[in-house]
Amino acid sequence: MTSPEPSPRTGTLGPAVQTSALRKVFGDLVAVDRLDLTIERGEVFGLLGPNGSGKTTTIRMLCGLIVPTSGRASVVGFDVAEDSEEVRTRIGYMSQRYGLYDDLTVWENLRFYATVYGLRGQARTERLESHMQTLGLTERRGQLAGTLSGGWKQRLALACATSHEPEMLFLDEPTAGVDPAARRAFWQSIYVMAGRGTTVLVTTHYMDEAERCQRLGFLSRGHLIGLGTVKEILTQFGQPTIEDVFIELQRRDEGVVA
Amino acid sequence: MTLLQRLRESRFWPMLWKEFIQMRRDRITFVMMTGLPAVQLVLFGYAIQTDVRHLKTVVLDESRTAESRALVTVIANTGNFDIVGNVSSRGAIEEGITSGDINAALVIPPDYARDILRGRTATAQMIVDAADPQSSSAAMSVAQLAAQARATQILADRTALVPPIDMRVRPWYNPAQRSAVFIVPGVIGILLTITMILITGVAVVRERERGTLEQLVVTPIGKTSLMLGKLVPFVVVGYVQMTVVMALGRLFFDIPFRGSLPLLYLLTIPFIVASLGIGLLISTVARSQVQAMQLAFFFMLPNILLSGYLFPRIAMPAPAQWIGLALPLTYYLTVLRGILLKGAGLPQLWRPTASLTLLAVALIAISVRRFTKTIE
Repeated sequence: MTSPEPSPRTGTLGPAVQTSALRKVFGDLVAVDRLDLTIERGEVFGLLGPNGSGKTTTIRMLCGLIVPTSGRASVVGFDVAEDSEEVRTRIGYMSQRYGLYDDLTVWENLRFYATVYGLRGQARTERLESHMQTLGLTERRGQLAGTLSGGWKQRLALACATSHEPEMLFLDEPTAGVDPAARRAFWQSIYVMAGRGTTVLVTTHYMDEAERCQRLGFLSRGHLIGLGTVKEILTQFGQPTIEDVFIELQRRDEGVVA
Repeated sequence: MTLLQRLRESRFWPMLWKEFIQMRRDRITFVMMTGLPAVQLVLFGYAIQTDVRHLKTVVLDESRTAESRALVTVIANTGNFDIVGNVSSRGAIEEGITSGDINAALVIPPDYARDILRGRTATAQMIVDAADPQSSSAAMSVAQLAAQARATQILADRTALVPPIDMRVRPWYNPAQRSAVFIVPGVIGILLTITMILITGVAVVRERERGTLEQLVVTPIGKTSLMLGKLVPFVVVGYVQMTVVMALGRLFFDIPFRGSLPLLYLLTIPFIVASLGIGLLISTVARSQVQAMQLAFFFMLPNILLSGYLFPRIAMPAPAQWIGLALPLTYYLTVLRGILLKGAGLPQLWRPTASLTLLAVALIAISVRRFTKTIE
């Protein structure tokens, strides 16, 4: 499973993510409502919004972790509900919790996930060696993941989520609780991958990170209320910085509640 | 793709590989899996002896005749009573039993021999500390039987008649009446229950707690490979434990292997599947590893008490017996003891086998359904 061959199916062409009227309801709570979103190939797209605005729910629906209540979503050209297997081999997902095995070493974690993604034998070894080199993990290959510091854990989690060279990468608050140096290194890696054509969807609370994205989507109480480049967003909301947009949104949100 | 190729590329293998590495690194689990068989075997094989022998016994012989000494010998020969000395008063007996220095006392009144000579019924008294009914009941009946035998003999000597009935009791399968023979096969069942329910349940919850389960669901692994890769290692461990216990039981407790071992290994499958079902079910209910452990222990208790592992099910009140019928271990114990101790085959064991299989299918179906729902 090296670079994905163009498939005769609907996959590989078309936008990286496309949703129409996507909706998720938990009991009485509408977590995501009528979401229409298109992310083009190779984009680094930032999904922003206060806590509970529906960012994580959106990502989880796109990854096939939860089933939408209604509406449609396709990822890298495949319907998430009907072709979830096809979607899964082509995406990478990194959650806030990293999903690492603390009692496995760096190498074992990488090997495990790579094998689960279908890499075998010599091809796997070569891919992982170069992957570790790129992310600077080579010297720590024998260390147990549980003994790594936050920044290294994050880097390993990214490595595990991308060893199969996914077409689309989902990052759910990947830099929460990590020091600035590690965050900068992390974003450099993200740009390297984006440069190779990987589409990236990232959620974040850090405004400097939001400003690194090519396009942004603002979620508020399950609704997409802003969409565009940083500049477009600033104009739309009439605010000087993204942080001001964010705070303004949160204020509005709380105003609605009260 | 050929079947072999598909098998080789199955995503079940990396799961299996990782599970064995984790198992090796997790000290507590490792100790539980290797140490538990040994501890259980020693505890239940040696320490728990429901067959009580050698009660410390004193004699208050007020008759002081050949006849009374003969009775003391008869009682001593049963092997259940060790005559540790003579006392001269009932007060000494009471003090001895109360303090726990002695467990029993044989009291022979002054006119014992005279009554026998005159053809009257002579009385003697066996006082037993019955605070623990399990340890005293066997001794009491043995004393009664010994005295009856002695009475018959005196009668036969006197009248030259032969006793009209001679009942010969033959304890089959365990002629020496050793409790280890009964308990050790049960240890296999208890161990498998612990491994399949407790350790598996906790292992699955750990994946959920750590977020690795979510990570796995996003990969193309597939639910079947995920579940099999997670559960099969514990099945392997279970079979190893079972083999170790049987080998040790053979070596140290002289447990007989009268039936077919391949049959036993085969009939262990439905039990393992049923127990894994319960383990998986616990993992879908428990929110944390601690909760999973508590739930598993909660489930272990009826297994130990009501399955017939230590206590006979026949002696239990009806509701307790009904609960026992819902436990896979109840049937598995019948299979274990049937094959090992009695040399039973499938024709004799089809009933518990059928029940066990039914339970296994039901439990695994429910738990797999619940499990796949929780990872969607």
